[in-house]
Amino acid sequence: MIRTLSKYIKEYKKATFLTPMFMVLEVIFETVIPIFMGWIIQYGIKGNNETGDMPYILKMGGIMFVLVILAFVSGVMGAVFGSISSCGFAKNLRKGMYERIQAFSFSNIDKFSTSGLITRLTTDVTNVQNAFQMILRMAFRAPVSMIFALVMTYVICPEVANIYLVAVILLSIALALIMLAAKKYFTQVFEKYDELNETVEENVNAIRVVKAFVREDYESNELKIAAGKIYKMFVKAENAVILNAPVMQITIFSTMLLIAWFGAHLVVSSRLDESQLIVLFTYSMNILGNLMMVSFIFVMITLSQASAKRIAEVLSEDSDLKNPENPIREIKDGSVEFKDVSFSYKKDSAKPVLSHINLSIKSGETIGIIGGTGSAKSSLVNLINRLYDVNEGSVLVGGVDVREYDMTSLRESVSVVLQKNVLFSGTILDNLRWGNMGATEEECIRACKTACAHDFIMSFPDGYNTKLEQGATNVSGGQKQRLCIARALLKKPKIIIFDDSTSAVDTATDAKIRAALKSDAKDMTKFIIAQRISSVMDADRIIVMEDGEVNGFGTHEELLQNNMIYKEVYESQTGANADFDEAKGGEA
Amino acid sequence: MGKNDKPIQMGRHGAMGPKPKLDNPLKIFGRLIKYSYLRYPVPFAIVLICIFYSAFAQVKGMMFLQVLIDDYITPLKGVSDPDYMPLLGAIGKVGLLYLSCALATFTLNKIMVYITQGTMRHLRVELFNHMEKLPIKYFDTHSHGDIMSIYTNDVDTTRQMISQAIIQFISSLLTITLTFISLIKLSPVLTLVTVCIIAFMLFMTKTIAGKSAGHFVAQQRNLGALNGFIEERTKGQKVVKVFCHEDESIAEFTKLNEELCESATKAGKLSNIIGPVNGQLGNLSFVLVSIVGGFVAIKGIGGFTIGAMASYLTLNKSVNMPIMQISQQFNTIIMALAGADRIFKLLDEPVEVDDGYVTLVNAKRENGELVESEERTGLWAWKHYHKADDTTTYVELKGNVVLDDVDFGYTEEKMVLHNIDIFAKPGQKIAFVGSTGAGKTTITNLINRFYDIQDGKIRYDGINVNKIKKADLRRSLGMVLQDTHLFTGTVMENIRYGKLDATDEEVYAAAKLANAHSFIERLPQGYNTMLKGDGASLSQGQRQLLAIARAAIADPPVLILDEATSSIDTRTEKLVQEGMDKLMKGRTTFVIAHRLSTVKNSDCIMVLENGSIVERGTHDELIEQKGRYYQLYTGNKAI
Repeated sequence: MIRTLSKYIKEYKKATFLTPMFMVLEVIFETVIPIFMGWIIQYGIKGNNETGDMPYILKMGGIMFVLVILAFVSGVMGAVFGSISSCGFAKNLRKGMYERIQAFSFSNIDKFSTSGLITRLTTDVTNVQNAFQMILRMAFRAPVSMIFALVMTYVICPEVANIYLVAVILLSIALALIMLAAKKYFTQVFEKYDELNETVEENVNAIRVVKAFVREDYESNELKIAAGKIYKMFVKAENAVILNAPVMQITIFSTMLLIAWFGAHLVVSSRLDESQLIVLFTYSMNILGNLMMVSFIFVMITLSQASAKRIAEVLSEDSDLKNPENPIREIKDGSVEFKDVSFSYKKDSAKPVLSHINLSIKSGETIGIIGGTGSAKSSLVNLINRLYDVNEGSVLVGGVDVREYDMTSLRESVSVVLQKNVLFSGTILDNLRWGNMGATEEECIRACKTACAHDFIMSFPDGYNTKLEQGATNVSGGQKQRLCIARALLKKPKIIIFDDSTSAVDTATDAKIRAALKSDAKDMTKFIIAQRISSVMDADRIIVMEDGEVNGFGTHEELLQNNMIYKEVYESQTGANADFDEAKGGEA
Repeated sequence: MGKNDKPIQMGRHGAMGPKPKLDNPLKIFGRLIKYSYLRYPVPFAIVLICIFYSAFAQVKGMMFLQVLIDDYITPLKGVSDPDYMPLLGAIGKVGLLYLSCALATFTLNKIMVYITQGTMRHLRVELFNHMEKLPIKYFDTHSHGDIMSIYTNDVDTTRQMISQAIIQFISSLLTITLTFISLIKLSPVLTLVTVCIIAFMLFMTKTIAGKSAGHFVAQQRNLGALNGFIEERTKGQKVVKVFCHEDESIAEFTKLNEELCESATKAGKLSNIIGPVNGQLGNLSFVLVSIVGGFVAIKGIGGFTIGAMASYLTLNKSVNMPIMQISQQFNTIIMALAGADRIFKLLDEPVEVDDGYVTLVNAKRENGELVESEERTGLWAWKHYHKADDTTTYVELKGNVVLDDVDFGYTEEKMVLHNIDIFAKPGQKIAFVGSTGAGKTTITNLINRFYDIQDGKIRYDGINVNKIKKADLRRSLGMVLQDTHLFTGTVMENIRYGKLDATDEEVYAAAKLANAHSFIERLPQGYNTMLKGDGASLSQGQRQLLAIARAAIADPPVLILDEATSSIDTRTEKLVQEGMDKLMKGRTTFVIAHRLSTVKNSDCIMVLENGSIVERGTHDELIEQKGRYYQLYTGNKAI
């Protein structure tokens, strides 16, 4: 994991190396200062028969001042390089991940989920960035400060230094034990805490249900019980942590007292100067305070570990779709053939999503696809432009296996209007040109006319220059779908796939779009997936999907005669159970 | 040009946002103190004493160095047979002081755990209780993400504030004060040096912070832009792929990423510098004190001894830390106050008012008269107390609903329903049809009083619904909404939600009525299958079947149904349809209809348009009229 991430330091290697170096320099200069203070007392104040030696004091003071300046410069350099390296590292991580995501196949994206990817690109990077800076600036500084101070005490007086060493060892053991205990409890607390928040979220989302069933008091009572449980666990966890401060205090205090006792003996027997005793006391904070810092850094790093792991997952994920060695870039025509195709999203799942599909579609045909949810309609068409790879068999476009094409060329020729479609912030024109960067305004207008989008676009004050907000919240569902259709048409593909892309468009407009497609996109092979039978009825041929298999394939009349499912759906939708709404779920 | 300027300016404005502008921070602070610490007055008093004592003991402990050197070491020097007993005594005394200090710290922390967690428990429960009582309007007008953020972020920052920031702030303040008293006692001259350095330190911090503010704003803005881009593009990643827009996306991303890196580095540099600046000023203070102290000691001004110098140096070093921290703690408190403010705002949000006094009671017939019954009789009555003549009447619950000239708007300015008249006799089925946004859902929101009407009257069994207690009114109304919500728990528990004391047999019966029984049986653990995340493991149709079962078990006389649109598979759809039909049998039903069969079977169809009923009647009558309904009906069939 660390190796994966550290590759992304790249051009910031120098800054990454310099940061801890300057931090260590800062600490060394800083730690030397008290020695001179000791000399000031020893030789400056007390020296020369109690009259004092002011020039000596000033000389030593001057050296100390220089040391402060040096420490200051090192500190500032460390600060500057720390910022450069951590921000740069974060930048490279984000870039690395984003580029990797662009190469992801649909199944890679599905694996991580959209929100998972967003969290990794935002929160996780920030966590790792903070931890990285912490490591560079503190993880070296604190232990070095501790060790260097310890060495200094050994130089001054080994007997007293031993006391520090024992204190350091004892304190680290105590802190480690406390941390371990606390970590165990806190993991449990956070799990429960998440559960509690889920309950709250459920209530916020389902408040109408709660109120309709008059369950406010019931829910409040449930929450009270849950809050009580959390209280108990939190108290347990916190009770472990609060030992930290007193343990720390007792260690420092005992150390000071021991040094006072032994130090006094040494001073009295003239084996140690008072000034040196003062220096030893001064180092106590450096040694034990930094130990506390080390334990704190340790916690920080542990916390960021999960984030680092999640980022590494993205960085080391290989796209499972790859371009072939010598890709074919020319797609002859819009014919599509499925040869004994089986497919499943997970390699090891027992029941394939699609099994043994055999279909042959001529270029320019209009094919309707109908079937219940989960019958694998979308899965079927997603194989045509190689959004996923088949497990068995092959899919042929223009007579060639899709795996032999260059992926970009294939997708340029096979346009798809996805079920969960998205427009981006920017003007309508910007969005349309996603389909074709060089499209002229006339071409855009023509596509919009085919998609029955021109009229409503012109009704906006800014027309084609209307700005769409993030998530295109300022247009209705039906309008959004029509813009997506126009965008896909602009690509001038050989094959165009509509994956339930007129569900929010009213039936009359839906019919108009289909009529326009018939005349304007004559040569394109068209696949229309729909819930409404009226949307596919007039297609050249219709595929009836059921449980991942082709249940029927033929014209409307043929299917009506010999396909049970088709007949059932037809009757339910045109008979008593017909959809009544002008536009279901759409124009909200 | 002007158009392009605007979003940038808005961005700048937005980035300034995080610095919270509170109307009255002191008031919020006071309220928070009252809400947390003052809930536990005696323990909190002990905490304050402990803070004071441990600060005192720590400062006092550092003064020990002076005593040690001046009183116990220097006099013994050169003595041939030194007597260490007084020293041992002194060390013992200081040891006791230290021990009591550690004890005080421990006690303080221990009590704070209980105060903090007790407050948190109280806060969570009260927040939730209060939220449950808020009117639907609150949930419709506040984003669910914002509400959740109160429970997650705001409660958490408040916890940190009361458990740490405030306590540390008090402690720092005390330590600084006590240290300064000691410093002055040791040497007023040196204290002047210390004060000068500290003043300089604060000045530097302020200057650097002021300088970096601009970069921080830029960083926030760039971060917002990048995160916005990431969110939008990642959500549309599949679209990016099908349009082969990967390279363009990377180019745009890289530009935003570089901009963020640049401003973040600048901001980071400056804020990082504050550390070494203050740290080295602290060391500078140490150096100056050494020099000036040396001078003072040589001259022997004010009896300044080596021991005093040792203590002074230690104290001088230890005062830097709290001074550097205190401004940070202050900032934390201010930031957390914004969270506390949001919490209190939620707690101050007026709860759903309920002036109703008519209640729903079990009833039985005695001599043809309706009287109240203690037991469940299956017969329900509205208990109506008339204040005017001090009598109580009982009206049988039948399910007669009348809307009389009702006007309604979600806001005062904009009415969405106009002059709505509806008469539903017990057992009748009333269907609402019309395009989305015509006001169908709004009407159903009024019957159960999720919203209150502006004008007109709604009567239930002849009683104005305003007089009926909301809980009893809603108990008499069943609801099946289009977007089904299930709760974490077993299937059994989810169905039982409609009637908490239902037996297992009743649950099975309800599931059978709703056509849900057979699919539940096929689940891995049948009725004990755990549902999570709003029933994510079930299909939309299955979730709907459970919602129908949940309504069926409550057995209400009046039903409000929002039919699902047909984007579910045909098989389950049929089951749902049948389940709904069975549920509607014998009940007054208001149904937002999407299916022709439902509409055709209705006793009365209301055609809504722009908040008004434009046509009403049975299917045949409306077809006859050749109006809007006819259009909707044939428009569909023509294709």
